Amino acid sequence: MCLGIPGKVIEIEKNVAKVDVGGLLRDISLDLCPEVSVGEYVLIHTGFAIQKVDEEEAKETLDLLRKMAEAI
Amino acid sequence: MKFIDEFRNKEIAEGLIQRIRRVSIRPVQLMEVCGTHTVSIFRYGIRGILPEHIRLLSGPGCPVCVTPNSDIDLAIALSRQKDMVIVTFGDMMRVPGSTSSLQKEKAEGRDIRIVYSSLEALKIAKESLGKKVVFFAIGFETTSPTIAVALIRAKEEKIRNLFFLNSQKRIPPALLALLQSKQLGIDGFILPGHVSTILGTKPYQFISKEYGRPAVITGFEPLDVLHGISMLIEQIEAKRAHVEIQYRRVVHDEGNPMALRKIYEVFEEDEGNWRGLGLIPNSGYRFKEPYNEMDVKNFDVEVEPSKEHPECLCGEVLQGIKTPLECRLFKKVCHPENPIGPCMVSIEGTCHTYFNYQ
Repeated sequence: MCLGIPGKVIEIEKNVAKVDVGGLLRDISLDLCPEVSVGEYVLIHTGFAIQKVDEEEAKETLDLLRKMAEAI
Repeated sequence: MKFIDEFRNKEIAEGLIQRIRRVSIRPVQLMEVCGTHTVSIFRYGIRGILPEHIRLLSGPGCPVCVTPNSDIDLAIALSRQKDMVIVTFGDMMRVPGSTSSLQKEKAEGRDIRIVYSSLEALKIAKESLGKKVVFFAIGFETTSPTIAVALIRAKEEKIRNLFFLNSQKRIPPALLALLQSKQLGIDGFILPGHVSTILGTKPYQFISKEYGRPAVITGFEPLDVLHGISMLIEQIEAKRAHVEIQYRRVVHDEGNPMALRKIYEVFEEDEGNWRGLGLIPNSGYRFKEPYNEMDVKNFDVEVEPSKEHPECLCGEVLQGIKTPLECRLFKKVCHPENPIGPCMVSIEGTCHTYFNYQ
């Protein structure tokens, strides 16, 4: 029920964004996450963007995981 | 980067498993609170690849499952009233109440509709003049801000025929209740990633500061889950207890302040009634003025006395005290086609997950 899926913001009009979710364009409310720009990824829950997805943090986590895995 | 496939890398997963095996010495019980984690853990076979002395318990993190029969019975009673439309999220339809379910009532001709988003309830209300539309609102902190937005918009747009049956829950007080339980020995929590995008880390600090247990806010892909478990094990073996974030790409210490503002504009904390866990202080919400006008508690409706199947173990399963395998009904009478309890209905319910993957 707390499912959240990442999608890429393609277009913004007022507080609604067109978001690419696995190739499908969906209208997503930005009421809870207004400071988002075209090209960024957002986490979507029941038709709302609830948080921006931070690409830098994702890369850092993956780098850390690679190092942890290699250090074995 | 798509933020999904990258976190399913097999080589990195193997490295993480080896690391967990190397670091982990003492027997531990970790609880994954969130039903989405339970599904991930089973789908990727994570229980089977961990050392035997790391035991994962499934907790009460499925909103459908923790909704008490009394709320379902109220929704059913409302659906039987004249000119009434009930709207809710899909999983609630099949959950058995004391003697019926919303799905059975729909088959009897009641106007009950499934929505994907709270905003659809607004649209249905606008299109249903002359009828009362009741949104049966369930969910944790991930969903509550979206329900708050619907309430705020309904007020702004002067939609007067939309009402809410509020059965939402707050996760941190349930964790406190689990920590206080004498029946469970929880050594660490795998905290729910999406609830925490809203809450941040502050509401969980009591877990480490007052109860000396580590907790890690964890994502849902297999590398996230293994990383979260690894972070917990490293804390436990080093005798540390902190609230840490594994799921850094969407969770920050401060959470989502805008979403929190929306919740507390509309609601204030109140006692919550959980299936299995009972009444827990501050684990639910009540409406603030002027939004209390939209509460179905103002309706005059007779509800049947609530009762549960005497042999259903959902209550114990939700607390991690028993597993579905200990339930006499599991797979014999109770299965996804004929669910006796809510844990078999929701795709995130522990019984449903055991049925699919065990």
